[in-house]
Amino acid sequence: MPETTIESCNVKRLEILSETGDADESLMPPLSDSQIRELYETLVRMRTFDHRALNLQREGRIGTYASILGQEASQLGTVYALEKEDWVFPSFRENGVLIGRGYEMYMILQYWGGDERGIKIPEGLNIFPISIPVGTHILHAVGAAIAAKYKGDKAATLAYFGDGGTSEGDFHEAMNFAGVFKAPVVFICQNNQWAISMPRVKQTAAKTIAQKAFAYGFEGVQVDGNDIFAVYKATKAAVDKARGGGGPTLIECHTYRMSDHTTADDASRYRTKDEVEAWKAKDPILRLKLYMEKKGLWNEEYGKQVETDATATVDEAVKKAEAVERPRPADMLTYTYKELTPRQVKQMRDF
Amino acid sequence: MATMNMVHAINLALKEEMQRDKNVVILGEDVGRDGGVFRVTEGLLDMFGEERIMDTPLAESGIVGVAIGMAAYGLKPVAEVQFMGFIYPAVDQIFNHAARIRSRSRGRYSVPIVIRTPYGVGIKSPEHHSESSEAHFCHMPGIKVVVPSSPYNAKGLLISAIRDPDPVIFLESTRLYRMIKEEVPEGEYTVPLGKARIVQEGGQVTVIAWGSMLQKTMKAVEGMDAEVIDLMTLNPFDEETVYASVKKTGRVVIVHEAPKTGGFGAEISASIAEDAMLYLKGPIKRVTGYDAVLPLPKLEDYYMPTVERIRKGIDEVMQY
Repeated sequence: MPETTIESCNVKRLEILSETGDADESLMPPLSDSQIRELYETLVRMRTFDHRALNLQREGRIGTYASILGQEASQLGTVYALEKEDWVFPSFRENGVLIGRGYEMYMILQYWGGDERGIKIPEGLNIFPISIPVGTHILHAVGAAIAAKYKGDKAATLAYFGDGGTSEGDFHEAMNFAGVFKAPVVFICQNNQWAISMPRVKQTAAKTIAQKAFAYGFEGVQVDGNDIFAVYKATKAAVDKARGGGGPTLIECHTYRMSDHTTADDASRYRTKDEVEAWKAKDPILRLKLYMEKKGLWNEEYGKQVETDATATVDEAVKKAEAVERPRPADMLTYTYKELTPRQVKQMRDF
Repeated sequence: MATMNMVHAINLALKEEMQRDKNVVILGEDVGRDGGVFRVTEGLLDMFGEERIMDTPLAESGIVGVAIGMAAYGLKPVAEVQFMGFIYPAVDQIFNHAARIRSRSRGRYSVPIVIRTPYGVGIKSPEHHSESSEAHFCHMPGIKVVVPSSPYNAKGLLISAIRDPDPVIFLESTRLYRMIKEEVPEGEYTVPLGKARIVQEGGQVTVIAWGSMLQKTMKAVEGMDAEVIDLMTLNPFDEETVYASVKKTGRVVIVHEAPKTGGFGAEISASIAEDAMLYLKGPIKRVTGYDAVLPLPKLEDYYMPTVERIRKGIDEVMQY
């Protein structure tokens, strides 16, 4: 008997906005001019924040910091597609996700400055605390999605991770559980090409990360991660599908980590300047600016104003972060359990 | 009042808590249609349906990680890890997340999960099915470790564990599952976490045990003036009850199934040395499993502390 093809998958890539700022209008998501301006202004604020955070680290004013430079569109484009009741599960390189979700910038600085209170998420803001062990929190997003479904809530969850994270066993387990339980979860892989010094080709022999979804019984799509319209459109579709009972989606945001892995890293040890230069031309904010300019939504004066506003906002955040009083030493014991153990009560006497 | 074994008592606790609180859900391998490999969850699928009794893919890290996400969303998941020897893939989730999310978020999020897992020697099974690795979990702040030794306490402790606002590792001795029957009340009662139980009062020696070792200890002390403490919760352990007993008897024997080095007996010994040393008449004795990889069934009876070894340990401290 001849062999037959019993399954096949088509891996699609979505691009809307080119590097020169030209958009394929037939694919454009419905965004008003004021929404597009809001996107641009938030992107600039993210980049301004990121740049300042790097400087603060160099000045010894915060600790190790993971830059989002180059990934702003992947981060904002995804959260911009969410409703208030949706949840995000960030890893450590999601400062843009936090900002895009309305998180106070001063608290992000407080956290990276070494104070847990910076990641005490305010009530009503559906963000899970930053997770550092790579890939492990993807499971939490799946669990929360199953719980949302069980409770009958119309909420979707978003799990953020990188190309390196897809090598972890928990990525596999999370994708597998999500498929089996048809959980309302969207997996956002920011494939930024590098996991510290390891290039994407050394994480997986697969041609794309998006195609991995098909093995778990659901859809995966690659988007140009520096194209905020494509990122937004794909995420919106995935989130709507999840809320409507259609199950999970994997979105591979094809982007680039323009900076070092963290402030403790030196990327010049393992990658070429030419590679980085080539990606500069694909910059997500530059291309949105070019688009807006063509549409009459951007001029020099507006651009300057946006930057001035962003700088002022970040200045304010830095001031506020540095004015926060030091945490109480007893806090390290207070939040271990709901109530102190008898032994902890004794240990508290040291403070 | 019904007489039942530990399997039925745990099943009853799960059933009653699920009836009481619809946020309580169960997930794990084979927990649904099969009722669990030890039948602990038998009948629950028919009663509560697939939405609440979730048969999962075969992945321990996945089970615990997903349970953490559910708990963060407001459910109270009871996850089953089929055998303690298979819990290690989930240790990353337990240590790095379940134990820390309350602290990480400074109290904004908590992880009220229970991880039930059968432990210990007892069913003549292949490698990895007989481990007692409770000490590893006791070293991680943020989680509680509970080990019942009888049907009555298993039910009451499990209800407390499910209602507890923090993650609890709940160890069920495979040896005890069907060994003892006792009266277990239907309906609500709890046995508090963090409290030990004096099983037998005595004046000459304090013998501390938990889980599977309690039965053997009770046999070993027959005819002796020994005070027997069933610790029940290992972390946080009931220091007060232990010290009060040590102050009375001046002699201590600690019995556990796990290897001696770094076992939880070491923590108890050190604590007594710190806080009740001057009441001791002689050295503290630990009667434990050997510092060996747990042998297959042909040798496991040599590995486990026996009634004779426990008695010998008590005799040794009685020399002082």
